[in-house]
Amino acid sequence: MIPVCVAVVGALTVSACAQGQGGGATDAATYDAESDVTGTLEVLGFGLSDEVAETRAERAQEALSDVDVQLVEGGLDPQRFLTAVASGDSPDLIYSTRSQIGSFASRGVLRPLSSCLEGEGVDTGQYVDSALSQVTFDGEVYALPEFNVVQVLAANPDLLEEAGVEIPQVDGSDWEAIPEATDALKEAAGPDAIGYDSKLPEFFPLWARANGAELISEDGRTAQLDDPAAVEALELAVEVLERQGGFGDVQALRDASDFFGAGNQFASNTLGAFPIEQWYINVLNDVSPDAPVVFDTFKDRDGEAIAYASGGSWAIPTGSANPQAACRYAVTMTEVDSWLAAAEARIAVREEEGKPFTGLLTGNREADEQIRELVEEAEQPWQGGIEATYTANENTFSLPANPADAEFTQAWQDGVNRVLNGQAEPAESLARAQEEAQAALDEAWQQWDSAGGDPAQVSQDPVDPAEVSPSAGADG
Amino acid sequence: MSAVGAERPPSTPADLRALGPRLLRRGGGADRPPLRPGQRRARRRAVLAALAFMSPWIIGFLVFTAWPIGYSLYLSLTDYDVINAPTFVGLDNYVRLVNDPDVRLALGNTVVFTLLQVPTYVVLAFALALLLDKAGRSTGFFRTAFFLPRMTPPVAVGVLVLLLLNGQNGLLNVALGWFGIDGPNWTTDSFWIKPGLVLMSLWTVGGSVLIMLAALRNVPSELLDAAKVDGAGFWRRTWHVTTPLVSGPLFFLVVVNTIGALQTFTEAYTAYFGSTGGYGNDAALFYAIYLFQQAFQFFNMGYASALAWLLFLVVLAITAVQLVVSRKLVYYEGDR
Repeated sequence: MIPVCVAVVGALTVSACAQGQGGGATDAATYDAESDVTGTLEVLGFGLSDEVAETRAERAQEALSDVDVQLVEGGLDPQRFLTAVASGDSPDLIYSTRSQIGSFASRGVLRPLSSCLEGEGVDTGQYVDSALSQVTFDGEVYALPEFNVVQVLAANPDLLEEAGVEIPQVDGSDWEAIPEATDALKEAAGPDAIGYDSKLPEFFPLWARANGAELISEDGRTAQLDDPAAVEALELAVEVLERQGGFGDVQALRDASDFFGAGNQFASNTLGAFPIEQWYINVLNDVSPDAPVVFDTFKDRDGEAIAYASGGSWAIPTGSANPQAACRYAVTMTEVDSWLAAAEARIAVREEEGKPFTGLLTGNREADEQIRELVEEAEQPWQGGIEATYTANENTFSLPANPADAEFTQAWQDGVNRVLNGQAEPAESLARAQEEAQAALDEAWQQWDSAGGDPAQVSQDPVDPAEVSPSAGADG
Repeated sequence: MSAVGAERPPSTPADLRALGPRLLRRGGGADRPPLRPGQRRARRRAVLAALAFMSPWIIGFLVFTAWPIGYSLYLSLTDYDVINAPTFVGLDNYVRLVNDPDVRLALGNTVVFTLLQVPTYVVLAFALALLLDKAGRSTGFFRTAFFLPRMTPPVAVGVLVLLLLNGQNGLLNVALGWFGIDGPNWTTDSFWIKPGLVLMSLWTVGGSVLIMLAALRNVPSELLDAAKVDGAGFWRRTWHVTTPLVSGPLFFLVVVNTIGALQTFTEAYTAYFGSTGGYGNDAALFYAIYLFQQAFQFFNMGYASALAWLLFLVVLAITAVQLVVSRKLVYYEGDR
């Protein structure tokens, strides 16, 4: 028992030493694109994993030639970050997934970026709308988005032909055709294969939006998980799995697959079709260039391409000792010229390897357009993948920033998992998820609102517990 | 010694028990001549020296164990999200805990897992130790072979759960297939997840096997030989002679494994709640995992502290019951 107690309180012990290190809603620092910046810059959560990262980091270092940039590599650990801020040892800049920005901002640990963007002359109109909305909390931009992960449809043409199934039957545009196509693909693929994978639970937001449901309101305050359209989407996506022996069998097959290897599901003819993130195109091209695969966009019920966007972002903590350097670093990392340089580097590497360059989705609309022009015609199926990727990128949606992202995500995932595990029906499960998500949102928003929407007040004047029901998040 | 000098020296537990009250009445030396000033100084110096040598541990205990435990008790009475200062909320976290259906779910999962895991683990450890005890010169090899898996990091075991117990092509089901048995989906069927995790926990049984092997080596061979002469077969000797004589180590394994099972975290978290694309099965939501989620995913540190204290009380209660029961069932050499 003692280890458990110690584990829980270990971080608390450190954080107890200093609390309320938040900054202010109005950033007191002054930013000027022409000014020189010096000092040190500690960046948390960003790694030089490939040529795209390296090229941009080199440009950012050039822009900050008098600054000692220290990259603390590895993904951002929220626990580590918040503890560092609370203890007064905040990093100067963080690289975070966009979905976390709302939670961080609502806790008062991020600087609003209005002054930074104005001082460095950044036009936020250049960013992809869905990416920007993910980092905009209560009307204020708190991070600069970068990269865009979207979904495309990948299918095995051999199995499609054998099953007599056409792409429109599995790309989401014809829901009535999906059950029958699933049966046919399963029969063609065989007992140890997946015919059609709806990719639950992680792609539930995609299915829901394809049916017209928005899981959370545009202002991020109201959960809408029990929307009949969301329930209908869950029913269909679950039915797809149940027609193939149930989620347990499908998940076991997923776990058994060599997803990133040369024996992947396409190379081994053990998957008919599924929606998947666009980076998987490169994986397949790398490990099994001759595997039977075709790509297309995933579509909503009206036949329009649709994708659920996610990605990274740059944010400046309130405790940053060098916000000017942090701002310029973030701006340089996400500016068009940096992306173009990164794309050139990627093209050079791909040419050296004799592989096609399939493009880069940057979260910056202008950069995307210019990089697209650098993409040369590739052989099929990769050309199809490139076109599907860029079309999907033009038709993205995202879940808006909110202060209870982790709880909201957990709620809908639990809701889906209960159905997958046979513990509840879709309507019943999403109703419960709705209660849990709304309770968490209400509690988090109440804290934010009681501070007057001021991050400084959030971090310095904790909400009166009497105003917040402590059981609100648990009873749903 | 002067007080009991006329008596025979205490040599049995019964003697010591009889002597205990008298020693206590003596107040630790009331009959002894008073210490001279020089002796007092020497004793004080000795005490100070002892404390100085012990101080690293004492300081470490106070700073890294006692204070955090006390502070977690305080935090359990607060609303605390790491960034904002803790706000006192009284017993609200405990009230929430009582009404939280996920606490009941997690506690239920943990208790069921413990009830499955501990007997299986201890019986297997005992059985393997019995086999090893008969292995003769090859004992050393098997002892090492059994212990090696314990060196595997728990996170790796979590990944192994998904590979070895995969319902489609996992090694276990392949092996069951050789006997015509169609194995279940150990990793995805809610009913079979806990048995699957119990099976994987046996991966580390080697350490306990060594403890039981050491205990078996201390069983007097004359007792076993006498039983053999009286016509007792292997099972009767094991049940009526060996088991009572090693009941102390067996009880130790039960207590330690019970505490460990109640705190199960890493393997289940890695397999079902780490980076699984959002798939987490409620059947694997153990108490420590729920506690972790509240603390480090949702940053409800006050609530998580209350959860930790509930677990502490549960472990305390179960261990207390085990200790009471052990008085009737466990034999210790010193009690002879």
